[in-house]
Amino acid sequence: MRNGKSGRDMHGSGTGVNGVVIHTEGLRKYYILGAETVRAVRGVDMEVARGEFVAIMGPSGSGKSTFMNLIGCLDTPTAGDYWLNGRKVSELSDDQLARVRNRDIGFVFQTFNLLPRASSLHNVELPLIYAGLPSKERRRRAEEKLELVGLGDRMDHKPPELSGGQRQRVAIARALVNDPALLLADEPTGNLDSVTSREIVDILIELNRIGQTIILVTHEADIAAAASRQIHLSDGLVERDFMNEGMKN
Amino acid sequence: MFILREIVMVAMGSIRANALRSGLTTLGIVIGTAAVITMVALGEGAQRRVQEQIENMGTNILTVRPGQGMFRGVASGSRRLEEDDALALRDQIGGVYQIAPEIESRLQVTYSRSNSSNSVVGTWPSFFDLHSHELAYGRHFDEGEVQGRRRVAVLGSNVPDDLETPGGLLVGRTIQIRGIPFEVIGVLKEKGGAMWMQPDDQIFIPLSTAMYRVMGGRDRLRSIYVAAPSPDELDPAWAEIDRVIRREHRILPTEEADFSIQQSSDILETFNETTQTFTLLLAGIAGVSLLVGGIGIMNIMLVSVTERTREIGVRKALGATRKTILFQFLIEALVLCVLGGILGVAGGFGSAELITNLFGTQTAVAPEAVAVALGFSAAIGLFFGIWPARRASVLDPIDALRYE
Repeated sequence: MRNGKSGRDMHGSGTGVNGVVIHTEGLRKYYILGAETVRAVRGVDMEVARGEFVAIMGPSGSGKSTFMNLIGCLDTPTAGDYWLNGRKVSELSDDQLARVRNRDIGFVFQTFNLLPRASSLHNVELPLIYAGLPSKERRRRAEEKLELVGLGDRMDHKPPELSGGQRQRVAIARALVNDPALLLADEPTGNLDSVTSREIVDILIELNRIGQTIILVTHEADIAAAASRQIHLSDGLVERDFMNEGMKN
Repeated sequence: MFILREIVMVAMGSIRANALRSGLTTLGIVIGTAAVITMVALGEGAQRRVQEQIENMGTNILTVRPGQGMFRGVASGSRRLEEDDALALRDQIGGVYQIAPEIESRLQVTYSRSNSSNSVVGTWPSFFDLHSHELAYGRHFDEGEVQGRRRVAVLGSNVPDDLETPGGLLVGRTIQIRGIPFEVIGVLKEKGGAMWMQPDDQIFIPLSTAMYRVMGGRDRLRSIYVAAPSPDELDPAWAEIDRVIRREHRILPTEEADFSIQQSSDILETFNETTQTFTLLLAGIAGVSLLVGGIGIMNIMLVSVTERTREIGVRKALGATRKTILFQFLIEALVLCVLGGILGVAGGFGSAELITNLFGTQTAVAPEAVAVALGFSAAIGLFFGIWPARRASVLDPIDALRYE
């Protein structure tokens, strides 16, 4: 059932066995705060297939952010295993995780997190710099992605000269520039008005249509409705996991 | 490879973006480096001056001076050095070496209405050749004039100024030394001083005239100069002089001598050592200010790391490894310090030049000093940059991204 969309095979990025991008088994993350142990994620088994568009929902304190950090390879689990794109990443070192983030994951943040002093083009090039690509190749690919998000005419603008929606589109271009197996969007519309939010959601839908696997973390039901599947977290566990019927787009 | 360029560009961009702050921070390094360069330039200048003086004094000249005789460990008063010693030297080793005794006294000299106090030196004609005193006007005195105790004088190049008359006009005129009339027969070319010796201010007269007519029968020589044909032959010359004077003074080779034989450079080398010690001390103090500048760099780098926590988080999320972040901040500190070092070297050159112009003190910026100062400022950048850079590199990307 979960592999229902694996028929779509238009995107070039590699995938793991059987087209599975994310596979977790008993994923747990505990924090020790003073004398207390906070069980943020208490054992999540989940699988996301290539080409899926998954919305992760949940109230604050549900372990949503922690789970997101684990999926994004920004954090390592206390227990359990995590395979990203067929590779077991739950036991990698910091620098190995940095390389995984660089090649396999594209991040879109609520607060955009662009470098304010760098041009759009340079911001989009950044992951390619860390991937060690020569500047001509970097430029070509960054331009291509900026065109894709409709910012071909804003390449030399710096973030302060752009609107919120434009900034988030630069961030999306940056997330896509390494052709990642997974696009991870954390409340991407959280800082945008409803019209601009819709624009961004439409871009995500379009990207998914051409084969991009997307995980979207949000607490807004109408944004989550754009996804093909919703996973509701509560108290560090998966509460509900279902396909969206009759997708709105 | 491509990352390196990005790292350097980011570092430069960050320095540019905080131009005022970077400039003020770098000022510490600039001042420190400039101070080190200036101090070393002063020392080096003094040393070069001494070097020139050694060459000016003649590297082939030995000076015999009366020393203190010791009797059972007690100083028994200064022994004399007399004309007979000089004559003995001339008789026995004069074939190979040039000998010139010297008696000296500061006396009043008058000409017309001018009045001055000058060092008057009684010596032999060989003195001029031995010290390479060339003539501007007139002639040196000769052996016959020494024999005849003639009242003739050769003036150092500054003396005509003392007497307020051009050198050319003084030749053939009569000046008064201690009220005794002397005919000026020559004026020397400028020679330049060496330590306490200022031959340009001196007046030279025959030894016999000085001893018997001017200085009232004094026969104590200040020194006897002996010039070897070349600087390589100073050792045999030393042995010969020692042998001759010991025989004159009836001192056994096993006893302590009552005279000393010095090489002109010996004295100057002692002076050199003192200068070096001082240079080292001053450069050390200046180096401390460079160190303080380094602490300033560390401080500003820590501020920079804190300010850019979020940027570090973004870069890490996008794939920057610890090493990349470490290098980024390390290079920023390094660029600040090396930039400061270069400006400091320029400032050091400037202030050394200024000192030379204002005080006339000779200065010289040695290339080694420049290299050391630049290397040292780079080392300070590394040393004081490593800790802030490490702090940046170990930041947790999650915390860094959440940082406001």
